[in-house]
Amino acid sequence: MNMSENDFLLQVQHLRKYFYRERLFSSDRKPIRAVDDITFSIRRGETLGLVGESGCGKTTAGKSILRLIEPTSGQIFFKGKNIVDLNREELRRLRPYMQFIFQDPYESLNPRMRVGEIVGEGLEVHRVAQGREKVEKVSEILMKVGLHPRDAMRYPHEFSGGQRQRIGIARAISLNPELIIADEPVSALDVSIQAQILNLLMDLRDQLGFTYLFISHDLRIVKHISDRIAVMYLGKIVEMADGEDLFRRPLHPYTQILLQAIPRLKPSGRTQEGPAREELPFHSLEKGCLFQLRCPHSRERCRMEEPILLDQGEDHLVACHFVS
Amino acid sequence: MEQGQLKSFWRYFKRNRLAVGGMAIILVVFFIAGTASLIAPYDPGKTDVSKKLKSPSPEHFLGTDQLGRDVFSRMLYGSRISLSVGFVAVAISLVIGVFVGAVAGYYGRWAETILMRFVDIMLCFPSFFLILTVVALLGPSMMNVMVVIGITSWMGTSRFVRAEFLSLRERDFVHAARALGVKDRRIIFRHILPNALAPVFVAATLDVATAVLVEAGLSFLGFGVQPPAPSWGNILTEGRTYIFDAWWLTVFPGLAILITVLSFNLLGEGLRDALDPRLRGRR
Repeated sequence: MNMSENDFLLQVQHLRKYFYRERLFSSDRKPIRAVDDITFSIRRGETLGLVGESGCGKTTAGKSILRLIEPTSGQIFFKGKNIVDLNREELRRLRPYMQFIFQDPYESLNPRMRVGEIVGEGLEVHRVAQGREKVEKVSEILMKVGLHPRDAMRYPHEFSGGQRQRIGIARAISLNPELIIADEPVSALDVSIQAQILNLLMDLRDQLGFTYLFISHDLRIVKHISDRIAVMYLGKIVEMADGEDLFRRPLHPYTQILLQAIPRLKPSGRTQEGPAREELPFHSLEKGCLFQLRCPHSRERCRMEEPILLDQGEDHLVACHFVS
Repeated sequence: MEQGQLKSFWRYFKRNRLAVGGMAIILVVFFIAGTASLIAPYDPGKTDVSKKLKSPSPEHFLGTDQLGRDVFSRMLYGSRISLSVGFVAVAISLVIGVFVGAVAGYYGRWAETILMRFVDIMLCFPSFFLILTVVALLGPSMMNVMVVIGITSWMGTSRFVRAEFLSLRERDFVHAARALGVKDRRIIFRHILPNALAPVFVAATLDVATAVLVEAGLSFLGFGVQPPAPSWGNILTEGRTYIFDAWWLTVFPGLAILITVLSFNLLGEGLRDALDPRLRGRR
């Protein structure tokens, strides 16, 4: 490992997560490749946006990185330590440094625990604070996310979606993590609330110096919050670049389609009709580029050979045979 | 349970008149069992051969048996035994079933395989004959009956709890607890179990009915609660000899068993149905 790599808080290498369909009377062992060989790194203090359509494996990737789902293979270096090799107890001790914010604020809070218990559980489990100290700490954290200390006594169902997401964020920041993986933290919320939560996340980043892996299907949101953006398609990263750069010159046809699909306010600014073809089941593909069936530029080579992620200069990586 | 959920649960439950009736009857039986010593007109063990086999009269509500004991008083005391056997046996089976199901469902892999195959094996025994054999070996007593019913009837609960754990352990709030570094034991007891218990208790209501029935069956066969202690089952047995001369000796304990078991079943089904839409509409 050379010197410059020490800046990386998280390095993910060749991460794979395959799901095997188990059938009793069948020997069909062809896996669903939810995450298929993804590699990326995040520098300390940086925010990496991970975008892709639903079902492309973003959430699975996020959960696999924290080993909430056990990855099939690959390496995950967190602060230079490969967390794939850690046993349960070692991993548990490392948990406070990396946290997760969940997509669905209705699913991610235990309905039978008070907010104070939910937010204070990490403090208690890791013996950071107990008793009155814990109560004070929880109040402090609740205020940081824009809730009232009194809310600690209430149950999750008494809150709205946006407030619930604040509780989820409070839980995630309660142990002062370094890395936070935010899995579509605003997609379940009303548009009017989305901006508030996004601003909260950005404020917290500025104040507390978090590093984010920000997962979303919404390019506009990702652009707003991210330094760099990785585009995922069917379990693979097809393009990764600096946010500005990606928007200025999207190189992969999929990224281009995604960008064109962003609704614009000015009708005159409408681009040429997006060539996105219908979505097709991907397990039917035997070989070649995963995007071939939907790609407007698909050619013979795309059917035969799978493109690999290559640097096109300025850290702009693309997996396409025909990058102009 | 949360206020709102409890309210809607009660609203659903209330609509089911049979279940509400069942619950009312069970409450009455409970009350009777609790106050048997106060409301019983006679000592259930007091014999008076001069008054044997009297038919129901204002003096002896449900008649007397072959030793002149008051059947009504004996049945009041018998309700204590039936209910305690039912509840203690179900409590034992719940503890075992929840433990086995929780371990199998949470840890999965080989723990699950071993435990669930053991459940399959246990289910292969015709349970009544298994109970009969064990009680015959250990000797019949109320305590043995409770324990034996308990340790032979937990399999359904464990399967149920396992299924609940399987689905709950993949819920985001459990992932969140794991991400915080909460230990397994705490995840099981604080996060998963409280969310799995409501349907388990509902199923347990139905199990109480079965346990009451098994106790009556065992006592009837002479392997349950031993006379002179009165239980609905053994009152029935003793009356069997006189079934043509003294019908009240068999009909009333039989009815008591029937009504109690029916009430538990109606209540259990009502609770289950009321719980279901809530599970489906869980949000």
